[in-house]
Amino acid sequence: MRSFPAVLCAVLATACAAQPKTPSPSPAASPAQPAAREPFSSTYKASPSPVTLIRNATVLTGTGMRIDGGDVLIEGGRIKAVGTSLAAPEGAVVVDANGRWVTPGIIDVHSHLGVYASPGTHAADDGNEATDPVTSNVWAEHSIWPQDPGFETALQGGVTSMQILPGSANLIGGRGVTIKNVPATTYQAMKFPGAPQGLKMACGENPKRVYGDNDQFPSTRMGNVAGYRQAFADAKDYMEDWKEYDAEVAKYEKEKADGDKDAVAPKPPKRDLKLETLAEVMRGHILVHNHCYRADEMATMLDIAQEFGFKISAFHHGVEAYKLADRLAKEGVCGALWADWWGFKMEAYDGIQENIAIVDHPEGGCAIVHSDSEEGIQRLNQEAAKAMTRGVRAGFDIPPERAIRWITANPAKALGILDQTGTLEAGKMGDVVIWNSTPFSVYALADEVFVDGVMLYDRAHPAAKPRSDFSL
Amino acid sequence: MRKLLLIAAVLALAPALASAQDILIRGARVHTAGSAGTLENSDVLVSNGRIAGVGKGLAAPAGAIVVEANGRPVTPGLFGGLTQIGLEEVSQEESTADAELKLEAPAWQHMWRPEFDVTPAFNARSILLPVARIEGVTWGMLAPHPADSLVIGQGSAVTLDGRFDAALDGSRTLYVNWGSKAHDASGGSRAAQYMLFDQAIREVREPGGSGSAALLMPEGRAALKAYLAGGRVVFFVERASDIRQVVRYALKNGVKPVIAGGAEAWLVADELAAAKIPVVLDALQDLPSDFDRLGSRLDNAKLLHDAGVPIAFTWDESYNVRKNRQLAGNAVAHGLPWEAALAAITSGPADIFGIGGAHGRIEKGQSADLVLWSGDPLEVTTVAEQVWIAGNPVAMQSRQTELRDRYLERLKSGATR
Repeated sequence: MRSFPAVLCAVLATACAAQPKTPSPSPAASPAQPAAREPFSSTYKASPSPVTLIRNATVLTGTGMRIDGGDVLIEGGRIKAVGTSLAAPEGAVVVDANGRWVTPGIIDVHSHLGVYASPGTHAADDGNEATDPVTSNVWAEHSIWPQDPGFETALQGGVTSMQILPGSANLIGGRGVTIKNVPATTYQAMKFPGAPQGLKMACGENPKRVYGDNDQFPSTRMGNVAGYRQAFADAKDYMEDWKEYDAEVAKYEKEKADGDKDAVAPKPPKRDLKLETLAEVMRGHILVHNHCYRADEMATMLDIAQEFGFKISAFHHGVEAYKLADRLAKEGVCGALWADWWGFKMEAYDGIQENIAIVDHPEGGCAIVHSDSEEGIQRLNQEAAKAMTRGVRAGFDIPPERAIRWITANPAKALGILDQTGTLEAGKMGDVVIWNSTPFSVYALADEVFVDGVMLYDRAHPAAKPRSDFSL
Repeated sequence: MRKLLLIAAVLALAPALASAQDILIRGARVHTAGSAGTLENSDVLVSNGRIAGVGKGLAAPAGAIVVEANGRPVTPGLFGGLTQIGLEEVSQEESTADAELKLEAPAWQHMWRPEFDVTPAFNARSILLPVARIEGVTWGMLAPHPADSLVIGQGSAVTLDGRFDAALDGSRTLYVNWGSKAHDASGGSRAAQYMLFDQAIREVREPGGSGSAALLMPEGRAALKAYLAGGRVVFFVERASDIRQVVRYALKNGVKPVIAGGAEAWLVADELAAAKIPVVLDALQDLPSDFDRLGSRLDNAKLLHDAGVPIAFTWDESYNVRKNRQLAGNAVAHGLPWEAALAAITSGPADIFGIGGAHGRIEKGQSADLVLWSGDPLEVTTVAEQVWIAGNPVAMQSRQTELRDRYLERLKSGATR
């Protein structure tokens, strides 16, 4: 980590844990003010929650397992145990889930809630900084309106975490943020503790249309590629500049220590917020989420990633991912996909309903059902059900315990939070949904939704459900 | 007697309009979407493209194709909603889109072309049609896209079996945009929407009265005149106060209104029911997407149905009209009776758009637009196993299934590249 001394991390354990990946040579990071919070870092703290034992449900763990007559024990906001015939600790709230299904909290890897909020007003049209093809300096979190009623309807669909991304107008649209779906006044209080940020990149038609239609660069796909490459090449130079500076600082410190009174402190390079983000991507601290429909363009992006030494976490909207499923699996890149969207533009022309099942199939395949929609995020379970059905009809063996991973563990993996959530395993966050039936049904409704062990939504008590200020 | 599996072979040779062979679908759960409701273990006999009988133990005429349903459900062909299917191939690719009329009149000079009718632009060979019909969608209501006029234009119901002359008699409808969505077409105020309509109506009734500032051409006056004499006009309108006003305004001027959108229609359900005004809605609309839709809620369909308002469902993406049955299923999850939900994508819209005498139900004499399902027709894990339109079996193939089969084959042989 450049310019963020390790010793400071040790002092500011929370701040560093909350945002270990983003160096920030801001005044708050100066050792003179050790108590200061890292700017924009998470202030989320789970409320205290009772010990809860969910009993006798059909449990899909998100690890590929199904437990009939299963129990899930949540203690201290974390999953304590998953199994059968678990004993209820004294004072535990026992939820009889007989005949019902339990899954990990649903995770959407691609949402614009808060940045394209409801109601869609001109005043809150904050999702695309469409003024320059490379805006890696902007952060989606700075556009989030936490009062978007879409958060509460998503919660009713069982969504407990999501990534909010900038739009796809730009080649590089800016940083995305992963949040917990909790009602809050500030986005910092929703921010998923310790989650890495994302970088939104976009292939194909959108950037070249947005800029090309105004006779600006880029107006072609080759222009797009030149744009990504120049941006990362500049960031490489920027990293070199800082490396040189760090060396000069070390030299200066040594000279001073050796008593050289004439030693001159080196001048740091000018901070460039765009290049800073891309440098963090190349260091592996920010995960690339790449809007990319066509298989050939995905292959181009994989080459660019290789050229500059970064990894693409997931291709989003990859309606042609099925054409490249083996390679995606081999390179460990997830496909974040729709069940049945296609055809609304040329790069979506080859969509098929078996896309998700085919991407899921190879060894190491990582299929994700994503929404990109304030409607779709409310029923990702139904979208997964459609994709599962098409896969099964095409001859793939996809039981519910496998398909549930598309909306739980796999998005968690793509977001770098799988060690915290996405499956029902001891030690993970108590992000849990109890469904009134199999979630793979049009009639399924989330009965109860827990975030870090706190029951935030209870269908039986609609008056107590979260309501944003706007919804009053 | 031949079995279902032979149908594919027959189809390979048969153009869409070959004279239909008699078909007996045997032992089905027949959801008639009509007054008979659901009939267990029943048969549907198809002759000359029409339904010749519904009941138990029907005899197969000589030479009839017999399809054993084995208890699987059969429904009427589904409604694809108010749609641009066949009018736009790739919506963002202008050369393939014919659904909207851009008048580009200066802001101070409104211009209306109610005579604009999208029906002749319908492309029966659109690749969207097979994608929709193999999922059980056998017809849709063509609707132009709102552009820069309050009056959007006209459209007709079309059958999706691929015939060139696809329009269904008696379905022609005029579409009008209303509320904040139509601000740009009414000088920035919804109040001006009534003002402009007043002017247009006067032009119809007193031609020449508006001089050079006229909204309408002679053809437009003729077109609008027909609608002012009891014609069906769809108003895209969401806000309760607007719905109420526009219905009263329409009725006063001799128009038969249909509400489309209607996010807040539940608030005026009793008035709509009393005047028998139908609502065509998106059953998934539950967010306050704009200030016209602050009252959106998932049980809109249930509340309207409970009040006695005729309803139908619509999903506004032409590439995905197959999603309409998912809307119906969600409406059931939020309180709408199952039979009413099925009706809202079959007989309900057929009645609303004037083709209920021939389409939308499994009843003797109706066009044999039928779907055999793998399970509950409203369930997302169910697929259509066979579709018939006007008694002809549909080839259960689309460009999507061809792509699927090509790449599944490559996957098997390890030949992806």
